[in-house]
Amino acid sequence: MSTLTGCIQGIGMLGPGIADWQAARALLASEQPYVAAPTVLPPPAVLPPAERRRAGRVIRLALAVGAEALGASADARLLPTVFTSSGGDGDNCHELCVSLASGDRQISPTRFHNSVHNAAAGYWSIAYDCTRASTSLCAGDASFGAGLVEALSQLACGAPAVLLLAYDANYPQPLYAMRPIPDAFGVALLLVAPASAPDLPRLQVALSDAPAAPMEQAAFESMRASIPAARSLPLLERLAQRRAGTVILDYLDTARLAVEVQP
Amino acid sequence: MTALHLTHFTATSCLGQGLAATRAALGQARSGLAPCDFETVDLNTYIGAVAGIDDIVLPHELQRFDCRNNRLAHMALMHDGFEAAVRSAIARFGPRRIGVFLGTSTSGILTTEIAYRHLDPVNGALPPGFDYKGTHNSFSVVDYVGQLFGLAGPAVALCTACSSSAKVFATAQRMIGAGQIDAAIVGGVDSLCLTTLYGFHSLQLTSPEPCRPFDVARDGLSISEAAAFALVERAPTDPDPGAILLLGAGESSDAYHMSSPHPDGVGARNAMSAALTDAGLAPGDVDYINLHGTGTPSNDSAESRAVLALFGEATPCSSTKGATGHALGAAGALEAVICALALESGLMPGGLNVRQRDPQLGLNYLTQNRHAPLRRVLSNSFGFGGANCALLFGRAA
Repeated sequence: MSTLTGCIQGIGMLGPGIADWQAARALLASEQPYVAAPTVLPPPAVLPPAERRRAGRVIRLALAVGAEALGASADARLLPTVFTSSGGDGDNCHELCVSLASGDRQISPTRFHNSVHNAAAGYWSIAYDCTRASTSLCAGDASFGAGLVEALSQLACGAPAVLLLAYDANYPQPLYAMRPIPDAFGVALLLVAPASAPDLPRLQVALSDAPAAPMEQAAFESMRASIPAARSLPLLERLAQRRAGTVILDYLDTARLAVEVQP
Repeated sequence: MTALHLTHFTATSCLGQGLAATRAALGQARSGLAPCDFETVDLNTYIGAVAGIDDIVLPHELQRFDCRNNRLAHMALMHDGFEAAVRSAIARFGPRRIGVFLGTSTSGILTTEIAYRHLDPVNGALPPGFDYKGTHNSFSVVDYVGQLFGLAGPAVALCTACSSSAKVFATAQRMIGAGQIDAAIVGGVDSLCLTTLYGFHSLQLTSPEPCRPFDVARDGLSISEAAAFALVERAPTDPDPGAILLLGAGESSDAYHMSSPHPDGVGARNAMSAALTDAGLAPGDVDYINLHGTGTPSNDSAESRAVLALFGEATPCSSTKGATGHALGAAGALEAVICALALESGLMPGGLNVRQRDPQLGLNYLTQNRHAPLRRVLSNSFGFGGANCALLFGRAA
């Protein structure tokens, strides 16, 4: 892979003990001490009532970080989207497997349509009346990196802007034991083509063989190591600290991503 | 946008393993659908199962990937010289310059569904040996294919339900167009499982008969399984005569409903229109349309309106799902291969199982095989969540 470039117009973030990007920025810049707490997912006010009732945790997570990255200025109807998640809706998957293993295999239609990996993208498009292209990706633990590569490729092919949403939530038991993601974490980046945004923070991304660097703060390193979407944290830390330089993000088993940040 | 050359491709479905079996079944207008006898499923419906998956043995060092979906992928990769073609591409470009982009909707979920019947009676744990990453996770089949060939480039699963493995072509087009990679394995793999059979049944979308797309009394789909792959590279400026090319891709979202298409097919029309624009072509340039054509009342009606609005009534079109069933996350790639075969042979497959064409739908819907030289064909794929993709393929003159 050669180099991919993009600028960041907006950021959304939500995780354990992290209410939003505003809060995250102070924590990642060590201006505030981190206090551990479960992730709090806001209700998806943007959805029509029928869809709001049906939206599970990952959908609420994706919609929350997406909305924050969008901010007040961007028009979501015109934005192509890249959704990426290592596992989708674990609660819904568990309930389906329980039903299908029981004597009565009748499952609810809502559970079934929520089981698709692109459920969050579907709800997003309905919420914002967005008819632009949308893709939903999974690369296991590499899902954030795969989403970043896809979004930047869309910019390289002429899209003026792309919204990237990466999110993961924990499975209930017994799947939790096999896939121990501790809590929900999401990040969204509103990426725009560099030519149109000379003053915004800029990323240059390339494949790398260098090892990923851990986070200095133990709580954030624990998130980075255990939640796929939190593999974005070294990049977010740079952006929070407004510090130029290159960070190595964990990606596939065969490659990392070197991300050069110019804040 | 960048045109891609499909240098090699293969497909395995209920029609058979590899291109020769697929060609023969299409030529004989033979369906692979049969009454559902899958696993412990007790539904009154038809399915398109691939024979022999249970006999496939994955390489020893990749045993942790063992599940129905990865066995199906492995089975399909062993046909039509595909494996050798990938190894040759690796020798030319190197393992880091080849991407793997595969669509799936349910991956190896069947393994988890069965494991949930065998939870530990005391602590509720999954049975020993259950491998989440190797089987259940949607990335499993991409990881399997990457490791089978020793690839080290960008790799990702696309999971937009029934348009998943159409969108992989658009992803490869962007990654190759942006110069990130030189080649990609694209495709789709989806295998039978309880989630989709009981799930589509819960939506009252499974037919008790072999599905009858575009029939006046169509009453649902027939779920099937398939694996289809293509090896794609940037098309040369002067491709060899007969080369199969991806000329354009179009994607859109319905923004309408999670499991029903927009009744006027607005999203479908936008995707087809975007594919034409991407290829720099007009509707009149398309010789045949392979429809999404699931056989549900709402899909075929919405898709017809979209096609009529853009193409009018003249363009020959058909759905091949009466033959193959609906392979869900593998349907886009399977039908891409069927389009490639159509371009090579000039065979427009007639839609099967039609007793009486729905007069409301108004398309030039073929119910018999038709032969004519084909230059350009369009393939439609639409998924839950309103995720649409149209692909335009062509044959170099």
